[in-house]
Amino acid sequence: MEFNAIYVIVAREFKKFIRERSRLFSAIARPLLWLFIVGAGLSRLVPSDTGVSYTQFIFPGILGMTILFSSIFSSISIIWDKEFGFMKEILVAPVSRLSIVVGKALSGTIVSTIQAAIILALFPILGFNLSIVQIIAVILICAFTSFSISAFGIVLATFYESYESFSVIMNFIVMPMFFLSGAMYPVKLLPEILQICAKINPLTYGIDAMKHVIFKFETGPMSPDIPLIIDAAVIILTSIIFVLIAGKAFERKG
Amino acid sequence: MSIIKVENLVKRFSDITAVNDVSFEVEEGTIFGFLGPNGAGKTTTINILCTLLAPTSGKAFIAGHDCIKESAEVRKAIGIVFQDTTLDKDLTARENLIFHAYLYNVAKDKMQQRVDDVLRFVDLYSRKDDLVKKFSGGMKRRLEVARGMIHWPRVLFLDEPTLGLDPQSRTNLWEFIAELPEKNKVTIFMTTHYMEEAEVCDRIAIIDNGKIIAMGTPEELKKAVGGDVIYIKTTDNASAKNEIERLFKFNVSEKENEIYMTCGMGDTCIPEIINTIGEKVISVRLQRPTLNDVFLKLTGKTIREETSSGNDIKDFVRAYRKRH
Ligand SMILES: Nc1ncnc2c1ncn2[C@@H]1O[C@H](COP(=O)(O)OP(=O)(O)OP(=O)(O)O)[C@@H](O)[C@H]1O
Ligand SMILES: [Mg+2]
Repeated sequence: MEFNAIYVIVAREFKKFIRERSRLFSAIARPLLWLFIVGAGLSRLVPSDTGVSYTQFIFPGILGMTILFSSIFSSISIIWDKEFGFMKEILVAPVSRLSIVVGKALSGTIVSTIQAAIILALFPILGFNLSIVQIIAVILICAFTSFSISAFGIVLATFYESYESFSVIMNFIVMPMFFLSGAMYPVKLLPEILQICAKINPLTYGIDAMKHVIFKFETGPMSPDIPLIIDAAVIILTSIIFVLIAGKAFERKG
Repeated sequence: MSIIKVENLVKRFSDITAVNDVSFEVEEGTIFGFLGPNGAGKTTTINILCTLLAPTSGKAFIAGHDCIKESAEVRKAIGIVFQDTTLDKDLTARENLIFHAYLYNVAKDKMQQRVDDVLRFVDLYSRKDDLVKKFSGGMKRRLEVARGMIHWPRVLFLDEPTLGLDPQSRTNLWEFIAELPEKNKVTIFMTTHYMEEAEVCDRIAIIDNGKIIAMGTPEELKKAVGGDVIYIKTTDNASAKNEIERLFKFNVSEKENEIYMTCGMGDTCIPEIINTIGEKVISVRLQRPTLNDVFLKLTGKTIREETSSGNDIKDFVRAYRKRH
């Protein structure tokens, strides 16, 4: 692994992220919209029998959404790099394909975790009372989940050559991943077939882990769906698997 | 010593043979040119040499390393300016170079100095903090050459480096490139479809339809089509013709009031001829064969055969006018 290469790939992404104010702005605006408009609207329909309002219930899901969109967006930028030729500059360098993939996945991780942390800072407004330990735990979960989703995004990006495929990825992969992640409704209340879909979605485990940390209850309809230890195992395992697949895919195409 | 060695290289895409049994060697410290029309297989050959593409068959070595099996070693030894721009337009000139320096593991304490040096080298130091999207085509090209040089490569590939530049920028860039081997101890492999550009090369391979059809120094190639032609206008063409044929054993012909003859080295022949028939001479002109003549002789077509597409456009416009 070439650490200089990994460092500079991350530094490039970070620099561009800081420079593109509009990207940061829309990345923050989307979750706010869902939280305060969709959440507020639906909370009138959903009884809060566990002492948690609907807006509070979707908070981990909205953090997950922030991660999902910004990680995929970061990884999909590989397609832009291919289209504008910059990818060749990276591919012809004496750098292993695995380092390139790790660099890209870490780029997505850092950018996504920053955004998730900004949304997380809203917790007092939503009536939560989180301890330092809880905050750090949520941020760590966000970071690991981002890495897994970013690596998944890189695998996607290796299959697509041009940015026309961007809307395909958004509509047929990212949106279903969001809706079938337990973000907006508990997985255990879904029909059988959709439950299976949710269980093969890595985002489900990230959001579920955050529910464990943020909420105090372990039973009832709004409680977490999966044991925390399994959440953690799946996130770490999928991270490794996706990075290796992406590395192989790069090797083949490069 | 040959720094690039290519043996029977073949690359087939589903139905096209882009590179068809190509072999050549390049001496260290020289400029080697691939001259050929669109679609000849120049870029495909470069992509194989720089490890981005696996050949169908054949072998390629750079600095003694196998381009297929030792891609890491080969990548360290080469720098490349691709046919299409590969800069990040949202970064500054300097940031693009720093990115490259990190990728190639240039030592941290030398990095800043080296980046500044190559920026000065291509005359872009004063624009170092500008975003690349604000650069002109020529500036981007120069920046790419600078980037390719940062890690002290042993071979620099230039795939149509003057693509899209105006004549003056082209000349400037060539003056700059011609000096690279000596100043930087680097071997240059370049492609072009401009005849004049190929003249800076020490050796040229002319490639058409994936095959090398001629190889040698520009001089050798031009000599192969028959050398220089000298045209002389005299006060008495008939006697001048006789005299030259007798003394020099040249085959002299007459056309439009001028006598003309082919000889190997026109510039040394002319003084000798003037010395013998000097008093009769009114004017002399020398026509050198161009690489275009070489290509024409070998393939029966000119290298810039863009007239066909030009005609297509004309036909289209004519048909369009008729319809409306
Ligand atoms: N990835 C590919 N898939 C299929 N065919 C290809 C591919 N790359 C190149 N070709 C074909 O191989 C042939 C040689 O292409 P190449 O790009 O090497 O030409 P070139 O000499 O660089 O031309 P130009 O002067 O236009 O750049 C062309 O017929 C081209 O269509
Ligand atoms: Mg080409």
